[in-house]
Amino acid sequence: MMELDFDTLIHENKVHRSLYTDPAIFDRELTRVFGGTWVYLAHESQVPDRNSFFRTKLGLRPIIVVRDSKGTIRALYNRCTHRGATICRAKQGKARNFSCPYHGWSFNNSGALLGVPWNDGYAHDHKAEDRFNLAQVPRVAVYRGFIFGTLNPDAPSLEEHLGPVRKPIDDWLDRNPGGKVVLCEANRMRFKGNWKLAYDNSADGYHVVFSHRSLLMMENRFGDDDPKGMSFYKQRPDDGPVRVHYFGNGHHFKDKRPALPDRPGAVWEVEGKHPGMEGYEAEIRQRYGDKADGYLDLAAGIPMNINVFPNLLILGNHIQVLEPLSHDETATTWYGTAVVDEDGSLDGADRMINALRMRTQEQFPLFGEVDDLTNFEEIQAGLAAEEDPWVYMDRGLGLPDRFTVEDGVISGPATDEVFMREYMKHYKSLMKADPTLTISRGEA
Amino acid sequence: MTNQNTDPSTSSYYVTDAFYEGLMRDFDSWDDDALRIDEGPNHVRASAMLKREARYLDQGRYQDWLSLFAAECAYWIPGTWHRGDPRREIAFAFHDRRQLEDRVYRLETGFAWSQTPASRTSRMVSNIEVFSTRTPGIFMVRSNFHTTEFWNGEMRFWIGNAVHRLYTHQDGTMKILAKQVNLLNCDENIRNPSITL
Repeated sequence: MMELDFDTLIHENKVHRSLYTDPAIFDRELTRVFGGTWVYLAHESQVPDRNSFFRTKLGLRPIIVVRDSKGTIRALYNRCTHRGATICRAKQGKARNFSCPYHGWSFNNSGALLGVPWNDGYAHDHKAEDRFNLAQVPRVAVYRGFIFGTLNPDAPSLEEHLGPVRKPIDDWLDRNPGGKVVLCEANRMRFKGNWKLAYDNSADGYHVVFSHRSLLMMENRFGDDDPKGMSFYKQRPDDGPVRVHYFGNGHHFKDKRPALPDRPGAVWEVEGKHPGMEGYEAEIRQRYGDKADGYLDLAAGIPMNINVFPNLLILGNHIQVLEPLSHDETATTWYGTAVVDEDGSLDGADRMINALRMRTQEQFPLFGEVDDLTNFEEIQAGLAAEEDPWVYMDRGLGLPDRFTVEDGVISGPATDEVFMREYMKHYKSLMKADPTLTISRGEA
Repeated sequence: MTNQNTDPSTSSYYVTDAFYEGLMRDFDSWDDDALRIDEGPNHVRASAMLKREARYLDQGRYQDWLSLFAAECAYWIPGTWHRGDPRREIAFAFHDRRQLEDRVYRLETGFAWSQTPASRTSRMVSNIEVFSTRTPGIFMVRSNFHTTEFWNGEMRFWIGNAVHRLYTHQDGTMKILAKQVNLLNCDENIRNPSITL
């Protein structure tokens, strides 16, 4: 096999098709990206209590995220240390121990080996050394409910790695009561295409009026004077106040909030039409008076696309998770979020807010994302053209006065591809690096 | 509220907490063998209605399909096998009347790339069982479906059971008050979920 030369494959203005089509590059991503840097694994609300577990992946590695019996969040490899079978086959639940269905080896939820059936048949004591404890991700850290892990001992701290993308994440959370949300099931899709096609798209303000043309027409079908939903933001995309930002370490952000007036009710006013809107709104207004506008805003999608490299896309009220399956297949799960009223500040309105909020979240995956996914698949198909290998991301490049750089954050107009160019530079540095990945076997 | 525009095609006043409560109740414990109707005109009408629905969808006759639904209706594809409360969990799809019309409108724009060209489908509906309810003229109908979709050069399958809540319109035909589609793989990541089930 030819040595991969990422300087030849990734240029300032274009990248080579093989980034999307070459299984060897995908294999390398599984250590350099998915393992070599911090990767989103799960949300705390998926492991709410001691002994809760949630099954997920780190790249292709099967992982069980647990909150163990002492309350520590861990990412255990879902792989028996005997013959390699997965030991956990439920999607999520509660368990103090995991017992391998194949030969009965058992482990506690901190990953320690508990027992080996008929161990007098072995010439050694399995518990005398730690190599038979479950492997686990050695560095697991949580930022405000988002659980990340990396196998790279030399990676910076999670906080440092996230850097300025923490600000929009904080904003996104802090608009909800108690500064938190819980996940509440998902719209689940997959596409026959490379995972980066979705990451490329995640702050792309250029595709909206084209890829989502049918959704925009649908949203405007009543011919109202005031455009709703996505159409609200499509007006004058580059001259308007909507901006894309690049934060470093692969993270980027499209911020559509500046298009809205800064007052309660503004987010709700431009929300598209969803089941139950008018009835619930009338009831919320009648019951909660002055507070109603703020409550209705919680039912509406906040117009932010926060993209945490490589696999966490926070948009509207969704937490979208990308899961690479192969060089040309990706799962994309759009988890819904609900508000919780732990301190009673919503005065019982959380039930109605969430009833609306479920519906406002379902529309885009069903009537918008499906068209994007089709276009991603058709890119993958188009990239079969070997002799025409370049994929361009140079919109805005070379134009004067188009970008600002402030405290390391690069910002440009809504349709600019600057965020793609910048994240690809980071991707290139990861792919060129040779980190030593490690696992741990838990605490002694 | 009476002077509001309450046409369910253009506004959504009927999908209230009480509506959801009623829906959850209606779709719980309806399949009591004592309520089964194995023959007679209601069984015939309900079966005919399901077959007609499948044909309209296969033929892309979406306006005709919409005409099978009551003015205030629900179209519900749970995203979990346990079918939780749609007020608390994301559904695969939960449409009211207006959003059903949105769905059809979008497909008919010609710019819904996920359906350009449109999938061809062939729907098998079988195992139809009809149950009466406590309300005269309202029936629950369970059926199994196997929908084959030809899309993007491939044949693929949508499989599960559907539960229709039907009422007898004054013209003698049956209309759909609510349709619940229980996909076998409702909680799996599915490629291009853009056909109408």
